[in-house]
Amino acid sequence: MATSPLFTNLDQIFMILRDWLAGFMPAAFRPAAGVVLAVIAIVCVFPGLFALTTVFERKGLGRIQNRLGPNRVGPYGLFQPIADGIKSLTKEDIVPFSANTVVHFLAPLSLVVAVFMEFAVLPMGRNMVLVDLNAGLLYFFSMSASTELSVFMAGWSSRNKYSLLGAMRAVAQMISYEVVLLLSSVSVVMIAGSLSLPKIVEAQNSYTGIFPHWYIFTPWGLAGFVMYAIAATAETNRSPFDLPEGESELVAGYHTEYSGFKFALFFLGEYLAMFAISGLGTTLFLGGWSAPLSFLTFIPSWIWFFSKVMLSIFVFIWMRGTLPRLRQDQLMNFAWKFVLPFTLLNLIVTALWRFMGEGWLRWVVCTAILVVAYVLMGRVEMRSEHFGPRRYRYAE
Amino acid sequence: MLGEGILKGMAETAKNFFLSYVSKERLTTVEYPDERIPTVESARVFPFLVYDGTDWEAGLRCVACQICEKECPPKCIFIEKSKDKKPDYAGKQQFYPARFDIDISVCMSCQICVEVCPFEAIKMDTEFELATDDRFGGLLYDRKQLARSNQYYHSIHPSEASKVDARLGEEKAKVEAKAKSAAESAAQKAAAPAPPAPTAGGGS
Amino acid sequence: MTPVFYVLAALTLAGGLATVLLKHLVHCALATTVAFAGLALLYLQLDAQFAGFAQILVYIGAVAILIVFAILLTRGAELPKDGVFSRTWFVGLVIAAGVFAVLGWAVLESVRAVPQQMAVPAVTVREIGIALVGRYVLPLEIVALLLTAATIGAVIVAMHEKERPKP
Repeated sequence: MATSPLFTNLDQIFMILRDWLAGFMPAAFRPAAGVVLAVIAIVCVFPGLFALTTVFERKGLGRIQNRLGPNRVGPYGLFQPIADGIKSLTKEDIVPFSANTVVHFLAPLSLVVAVFMEFAVLPMGRNMVLVDLNAGLLYFFSMSASTELSVFMAGWSSRNKYSLLGAMRAVAQMISYEVVLLLSSVSVVMIAGSLSLPKIVEAQNSYTGIFPHWYIFTPWGLAGFVMYAIAATAETNRSPFDLPEGESELVAGYHTEYSGFKFALFFLGEYLAMFAISGLGTTLFLGGWSAPLSFLTFIPSWIWFFSKVMLSIFVFIWMRGTLPRLRQDQLMNFAWKFVLPFTLLNLIVTALWRFMGEGWLRWVVCTAILVVAYVLMGRVEMRSEHFGPRRYRYAE
Repeated sequence: MLGEGILKGMAETAKNFFLSYVSKERLTTVEYPDERIPTVESARVFPFLVYDGTDWEAGLRCVACQICEKECPPKCIFIEKSKDKKPDYAGKQQFYPARFDIDISVCMSCQICVEVCPFEAIKMDTEFELATDDRFGGLLYDRKQLARSNQYYHSIHPSEASKVDARLGEEKAKVEAKAKSAAESAAQKAAAPAPPAPTAGGGS
Repeated sequence: MTPVFYVLAALTLAGGLATVLLKHLVHCALATTVAFAGLALLYLQLDAQFAGFAQILVYIGAVAILIVFAILLTRGAELPKDGVFSRTWFVGLVIAAGVFAVLGWAVLESVRAVPQQMAVPAVTVREIGIALVGRYVLPLEIVALLLTAATIGAVIVAMHEKERPKP
């Protein structure tokens, strides 16, 4: 059933559409036209998803807090993003008098450009990746690292001590958790044998019986996925790691002095970064566009990819509604003293898994090592500190 | 330490999320102005003047004693006494207010005017949707705007209104009894030589 | 020497020039970032994917941030009173011209030494990885040792206040 022409066509419908549209151009321009069409599709789809996510977030948070979300604009409040968009576009663009205008202008632009570039390597369906780079994963992380610089530019150029503090904290947090992100992805690369994202998805696309070979269903994959999720939440400055933009601490952190459309660009950049990092998480650990059970492969692959991404977004929203904010030193403590050692241990466990050969023994050994390490590290590293007499350290 | 607190918390919020669609007492949002919470009996917003019967001018209980004007803390009441008198609920001739203005933008709903009124003439209303775009006199209520009937008072504060009516009924009964005994003694005095005088009935 | 190369070279040169000519230090740091980006694009133009993306990840994502943090935390952002150009600029120009001449001669010599017809090897990440743990494993381990020493040194430098005796 999965190979019947109707389902194959449905699976490849966007590729077919693109080829048909590009066929209108002369033969020399067809590849370029195809790429331009794919880029237009990405630029339209993901901001559209962003608009939907803002309203789902507000309604989801409302329901979690036992209240209704917005429900006045449109049926069940679904046209709220249109109202928000009109509001952002028509607000006055205030730039502080002593702000550095060039850098102030460039910061949201560079953020949005860097984040949009991240989508170029995500395989959104079978054959549906914009560029199949040999070092695709590395490209993704390099774009993610560029966003840190624009966060700093935003905070510094506003000439506001709260913005600068927020930007410093945000950059420190993003750098720390970037290491965790990279190391948890390295274990996937070890097993899949390639940095190219479509190949990583292909490696997960097989089934034993009806169960898929996704990496999350292995002990090192589950641990890696949890680390990746924690690091992803911290990279995109989401709750519980949203101290840099905490509404009650720092006004709005590094985007305090932005209003109107530039603030909308920051907002867009943050949510798009969330989508991109969820997309990468699904590609690395949740099997990308492959179906969860072997008899469900008739459903098109891009539906699976986007469902998994939206599921991750829902988990992000759920965590935002549940957890209180972490303080900056607790956050950094957590990263360097708990998550990072555990990620390094996960690398060793992945290597053990790879070289132990098939069978039940590697499952038992790897799970045992990870569980024992987790319990030990939890008890040792994260014990609550006992308060002693207060010692003051003055800056030298 | 091992993260079970986080999982328990997330289970709790998931329960919140799903049950908010199902159980009514969990989702306590009142979608104003489509839905309104019914006001309780002891709610109070701004004062109004009570009148008995159907004619608000004739039945107004206020006798312009000006106690509420003096006791009002922000001095939002302005009263002008009339020159002539009219009969009140028990038949006695009383003054009445020619002007009774309350500036509800100043009124602080302290209810002191209600507490000190000896004639049960001013009571607290529960109407709060009084916003207006008339900047200059929209929130200055005069005698006609403040007058509301006794039936209205019963509808918003039923138990209070019953108690007030009982007390006023007793007063009226006492006055009538006194008048009757006075009339009887007068009639007895004039009974022997002269025909009985018509009884002085208490106007209502 | 394709047109793309000229554009990227112009971008890198502009970044470099802006670094030394701009007055505000943070602007100079951001211009350095532009120069790094130009360099990364040059690597990508030569099909060295790993080198290009690693350049962006390490230089723009970490080194540039390190530079701006250093500028901000050491109050270097204040403009010096007597301008940013030193009085001995002529000697500096001569030395820079000398270094440029040596480097240019080395590059041109290497171009002559390598025959033109040799096909450009397609270096994949796999081959870089195999080379790193095969032929170049000793430099890898020495660099790792160096990095460990640097990390421990950083921790010790940041920690020295704890060793003071309690008052």
